Amino acid sequence: MSLIRMTGIHFAYPGRPPVFAGLDFSLEEGQRVGILGPNGAGKSTLFLLAMGLLQPSAGTVELFGQPMRQESDFAPLRTRLGYCFQDPDDQLFCPTVLEDVAFGPLNQGLDRQQALDQALAALAALDLAGFAERVTYQLSGGEKRLVTLATVLALRPQALLLDEPTTGLDPQTQERLEGVLQESSLPWAVISHDHAFLARVCHQIWRLGEGLLTPLG
Amino acid sequence: MHLETLAHGHSLFHHLDPRGKLAVALAYSLVVATGQSAWAAGAGLGLCLAGCLAARLPGREVVRRLAAVNAFTALLWLVLPWQLGLGQGWLGLGLSHHPAGLRLAGMITLKANAIVLGLMLLLATSSVNQVFHALAHWRVSPRLLQVFFFFYRYLHVLHREWHRMHLAARARGFRPRTNLHTYRTYAYLLGGLLVRSHDRAHRVYQAMLCRGFQGTYWLLDHFHWQRRDDWFLIWGGLLVALLLGLELAA
Repeated sequence: MSLIRMTGIHFAYPGRPPVFAGLDFSLEEGQRVGILGPNGAGKSTLFLLAMGLLQPSAGTVELFGQPMRQESDFAPLRTRLGYCFQDPDDQLFCPTVLEDVAFGPLNQGLDRQQALDQALAALAALDLAGFAERVTYQLSGGEKRLVTLATVLALRPQALLLDEPTTGLDPQTQERLEGVLQESSLPWAVISHDHAFLARVCHQIWRLGEGLLTPLG
Repeated sequence: MHLETLAHGHSLFHHLDPRGKLAVALAYSLVVATGQSAWAAGAGLGLCLAGCLAARLPGREVVRRLAAVNAFTALLWLVLPWQLGLGQGWLGLGLSHHPAGLRLAGMITLKANAIVLGLMLLLATSSVNQVFHALAHWRVSPRLLQVFFFFYRYLHVLHREWHRMHLAARARGFRPRTNLHTYRTYAYLLGGLLVRSHDRAHRVYQAMLCRGFQGTYWLLDHFHWQRRDDWFLIWGGLLVALLLGLELAA
C-alpha cells in the first residue's frame, strides 16, 4: 500500500506561473526518499499538497490507499504523517516544551496520562527529557529543531515528512538528528539542499525542477 | 527582549502558587482602585513596598517600571491642580491653584503606584505563561487565553524579525532622521512585519492542523497547591480586608 500517492497534480499560487503541471509522487512503505531542487521549485508545496494544506487544481491525492477530496478526508489522517515544518518557530506554539509535544497526542484523543507518557517518551528518545518544562521561545535554534522532531514523533506517525531538517544546525546537532533518524524504522520523505546528507539517510534521491521529479541515482 | 526579569528569584513570593497570587492581586487592586481614602491606598503602598523588599526584587528594575507609570501621572500633575479663571489668580494669567485637583492628582498617583507595586510583587514574580495558566484555572474564557498565549509566544518572534530587518537597514547605512526617507523606511519595515506576521500566522495554523488541531488548545497542569499557599491566601485576604476596613472607617 502506498502511504502517499499523488497523480497528475496541477497547482499554481494565485497570480504566478504554475508550480506543477501533471506531477506524480508516491511514498511507499519502507521507502526513504530525498528531494533536492532549486529554491522555489515547489519542494515545500509538494508536502503541503500531500497534507491537504493546499488544494491542487487538478489531480488526485491518496493517503494510506484512501482518496482525499476535501478537508474532512484529510483531517483524521494527518496525524499519521509526521510533518516537520521548515521553520521550527511555526511549529512550536505552546508555552512549554511538554505542552507542545503533548499537543498532538491530546488531539488524537488520548487521555491526559497517556498523552503525557507518549510525549515524555518522545522527548526521552531524543535525549530531551530535561527539556519538558522549558519555555519554547527560549530554546536555541538546534534545540527547537530537535523538539519539533519530538512533537511529530509523539504522534507515533507511520511516515515522516521533513522539510529541510538540517538547515541552520551546527555539525554536532546535525549528527544528533541524523543519529535519531538512523535509529528509526519509519519511512520518510526529506527535503534538503545537502546532497551528502540525503545520500546518508535516504535510499533514493529525486530532483525537483520545472515541476517534475527526476531520479538522481 | 526580556520581560520577565522579576520572575527570577527564590523568595516565598516567587514560589507561591500563581492561582493564589492572582486572587489576592485582583482583590487588592479592586479595593485600592475603588477606594476614596488615602489611608487605604497608602497602607497598601507600604505593604507592597515591604513585600518587594522581602522578595528581594531588583531595585533598579522596580524603579524603572514605576518611572514608566509615573511618566503618565506626571501629565496629570501638569493639568489637574490648576483651573482657568478670567482676570484672577497667579501672575494674572488666569491660572489659579485648585486644591481639589491637587488632591485628585495625588490620589491617582498614590493608587497607581500602590497597584503597580502590588502587581509587581504578586504577578511579575511568576512568569507570564504561569499567570496566563493561572487565569485558565480561574475559568477565564479559553479563547481569550489562546490569544494571550499566541500573543506572548509570537511577540518574541516578531520582535526578533523587526530587530533583524532594522539591523539590515542599518547595515546599509540607514540612520533615522526627521525626513520623508526615514518615515518611508519605517513604513516599509512595519509593512514587512505585517506581511511576515500574516504569513507566519498562516503557517502556524497549518502546523496545528498537521498535529490534529480541532479547536482545543490544551494546557497541562503544572501547579501544586501547598500548605504555604493556604497561609498566603489567608494572610493576603486578611490584609486586603484590613485595607477595606481602613477605607470604610475613613
